[in-house]
Amino acid sequence: MRSEGSPLLLKIAALACVAFLHVPLLLIFLYAFTTEEKSFQFPPPGYTTKWFGVVWERQDIWDAIGLSVKVAGIATVLALILGTCAAAAISRAKFFGRDHISLLFILPIALPGIVTGIALRSTFGIMDIPFSTWTIVLGHTTFCMVVVYNNVLARFRRTSGSMIEASMDLGADGFQTFRYVVLPQIASALLAGGMLAFALSFDEVIVTTFTAGQQSTLPIWMLNELIRPRQRPITNVVAIFVIAVTFIPILAAYYLTREGEHTAGAGK
Amino acid sequence: MSFSRSVSNTLFRHPNWFLVILLAPPLLWLGVAYLGSLSVFLFHAFFSIDEFSGFIKYELTLATFAELFRLSNFDVIIRSLVMATAVTLASVVIAFPFAYFAARYARGKWKALFYILVMLPLWSSYLVKVYAWKLILAKEGIISWLAGELHLTWALDALLAIPVIGGPSLSISFLGTFLVFVYVWLPFMILPTQAALERVPVSFIDASSDLGGTPAQTFRHVIFPLALPGIIAGSIFTFSLTLGDYIIPQIIGNSSYFLGQAVYSLQGTAGNIPLAAAFTVVPIVIMGFYLAIAKRMGAFDAL
Amino acid sequence: MATAVSFQKISRYFGPVRAVDDVTLDIAEGEFFAMLGPSGSGKTTCLRLIAGFEQPTSGHMEIFGVTSEGVPPYQRNVNTVFQDYALFPHMTVLDNVAYGLMVKGIDKPTRHRKALEALTLVALGSFGSRRPSQLSGGQRQRVALARALVNEPKVLLLDEPLGALDLKLREQMQVELKALQRNLGITFVFVTHDQGEALSMADRVAIFNDGRIVQVGSPEDIYERPNTKFVADFVGSSNVLSPAFSKAAGGPEKWASLRPEKIGILPARAKPSPGQQGASAKIIAAHYQGSVTRFNTRTANGEVINVTVPSSLGKFAEGDEIMLHWPKEALHIMAGEA
Repeated sequence: MRSEGSPLLLKIAALACVAFLHVPLLLIFLYAFTTEEKSFQFPPPGYTTKWFGVVWERQDIWDAIGLSVKVAGIATVLALILGTCAAAAISRAKFFGRDHISLLFILPIALPGIVTGIALRSTFGIMDIPFSTWTIVLGHTTFCMVVVYNNVLARFRRTSGSMIEASMDLGADGFQTFRYVVLPQIASALLAGGMLAFALSFDEVIVTTFTAGQQSTLPIWMLNELIRPRQRPITNVVAIFVIAVTFIPILAAYYLTREGEHTAGAGK
Repeated sequence: MSFSRSVSNTLFRHPNWFLVILLAPPLLWLGVAYLGSLSVFLFHAFFSIDEFSGFIKYELTLATFAELFRLSNFDVIIRSLVMATAVTLASVVIAFPFAYFAARYARGKWKALFYILVMLPLWSSYLVKVYAWKLILAKEGIISWLAGELHLTWALDALLAIPVIGGPSLSISFLGTFLVFVYVWLPFMILPTQAALERVPVSFIDASSDLGGTPAQTFRHVIFPLALPGIIAGSIFTFSLTLGDYIIPQIIGNSSYFLGQAVYSLQGTAGNIPLAAAFTVVPIVIMGFYLAIAKRMGAFDAL
Repeated sequence: MATAVSFQKISRYFGPVRAVDDVTLDIAEGEFFAMLGPSGSGKTTCLRLIAGFEQPTSGHMEIFGVTSEGVPPYQRNVNTVFQDYALFPHMTVLDNVAYGLMVKGIDKPTRHRKALEALTLVALGSFGSRRPSQLSGGQRQRVALARALVNEPKVLLLDEPLGALDLKLREQMQVELKALQRNLGITFVFVTHDQGEALSMADRVAIFNDGRIVQVGSPEDIYERPNTKFVADFVGSSNVLSPAFSKAAGGPEKWASLRPEKIGILPARAKPSPGQQGASAKIIAAHYQGSVTRFNTRTANGEVINVTVPSSLGKFAEGDEIMLHWPKEALHIMAGEA
């Protein structure tokens, strides 16, 4: 513990950084209530809550939300299965080429999203696969898998390997061991990974622009509004909704993984 | 014996089968579908486009790569590189004081709060963040209003009058693009820098001042070198993300292209897949070099 | 007595590494058997072969007369106390102990009653509702023991179970484990690198080196009559003497061992009495240790010999020229090559 406080200049710089990170997001809230719909006039000439009602009535927004939830849901389930399998294999066995395979498993987030998107699109083109919900799901699962993989792998690495042996030693076969020992140990990591994957998919725009065809997910809808604005405050209302949908799982995931670290540390 | 027991026994006797069952689905997905798509697409860079018919000529050639060096194309590459470098440097300058403060002076609850203060903007919607800046940078937006209130409109106008980086308004200028890039990727710089600074023991700083180092000397010779791997790790993100992005310059900025936009329009409206592939190779190669250098400087231990 | 565990020319290779190399061994029912050796000598792999975590590369293995190759751990009547205890952190102590019974499908009241009995056996009857993280190292060790014993195994395997405990607790647990094994009559197979632990607890000890068993015998055999230089070196404080020394003392040209407490000290040029052998030497260092004093001496040929004598006789000091003497039969010639 240090007794002296921080230098004033450092404090100001740090606070300025916090303001820089957060003030823009706060402005979104403010603009959702403006009466001005043709420009981004500041300060807003008046305030109203009517835009929330307008959004409620808009079928195109509901369709976009529906598609986003569907895509994120399916992609998350697939990512959970594939990511967990990959993490289990990488963590439990040493085999030829393991390092290369683990590199492959992080490639989809290491490379820019545009590379993933364009590569998938060109393959759809070559193989004559028509764009559909499933082509979007395919793209999203590719990077969601990586998020789950990273979360679950980190948990496997903190879990003592002798735990699985102990279970088998006490008479539990592979399935029982998975059910009673492995699953409870990785449950919170799965939940956290799943939530992050959902949030990531729900918000994804770059890969989606390449794999979506005519359908609009919510981010695609927003992108269109950004490029060709119509009723601007509506976009703000949708933005608030998106912030809520992505913030809550992310906060929950943060607390879940912290909890996990805590218990794993105490078990030593 | 129950069915599950006999399956379990079989897998026990053949541990390699079990490994194959675990690995096959993700490997098929990423190794075959993803990596396959990527290789097939990138291989198109060795083909060229027939100028008359607009169809792809499936003959191996380096002509498409050569086209990258045509002035208009090379411009795009240089512009993207300059932007990525500027964004990275600015991120370091803004992130460092915050990371240093959070690492050294924040304790307990405050530390958790600082962490969340970075995590929330990091994970919040990318489009929402870009959109927020469209509001801020608009001609009638908050920056113009602030400048007016503070009687600094002349300064803003002077800034926008600077050739190349200026423009009719902040949202239609390189300066605006730059600001948004910095904003969006800043958390990626803060987190690894803070992690590296956390690992600098306080005793090192005390030792340096005990040996007569002024705060500035301590910073230069002790703190900064030890934080460098973290900064480099962060710069991998800011640099790579800026190079590959095509949404931000499309929404905020003037009409000149960055790498991502070039790729996007080439594969879309222009239908020139070979050139799009050649353009895609550029950031991959640049990041390859970047990662090799970063690895040598120990940045991967800081991730 | 029946044979509990039988290794017949068992080998286990990991790639080019011969972790266990052609081991043949019988462990009798009800025996407290220790596997002793330096780390990497193959003792833990042998334990894992019995548990079923590893399969032999070649050879044949039986547990109570039943071939065990290919039998998974969950179908062996063998339980293990792990080095890191491997308690399940997400379960209470009681559920940990009842785990083996649960996966066998035994109803809840019965398995909880049995688990409580097992916990009482290790003096932790009132700790059932706690989490493993709320226990001390010694308590966790007992829970691990109870969790294994509740399944009534025919063989209990212990992998360095006392390694993580402090010295005082370790000595206490040695006594308790030994008493427990006598009362239950279960075969214990115990892996350790601590020779004191092995010698004080086991009925028989196997010494491992480089994947092979070098010597098997009672603690007394091992201590008094090591068959190779390695065993003498590893097991303890015995003097290991060169083949040249043995030959000069009238024996075959082989390595020999000579216990420090069997040696007496006479003034230089004194003559050993009949039936005794002698060698002149010089005292390099003297260590007063209370009731005894330990001398490091060196003979003219450079042989270093440690001697322990009662301190009441300690009239010798560093630098003195002396005559060492010992009963002829105390010089143990080692049969082995190395």
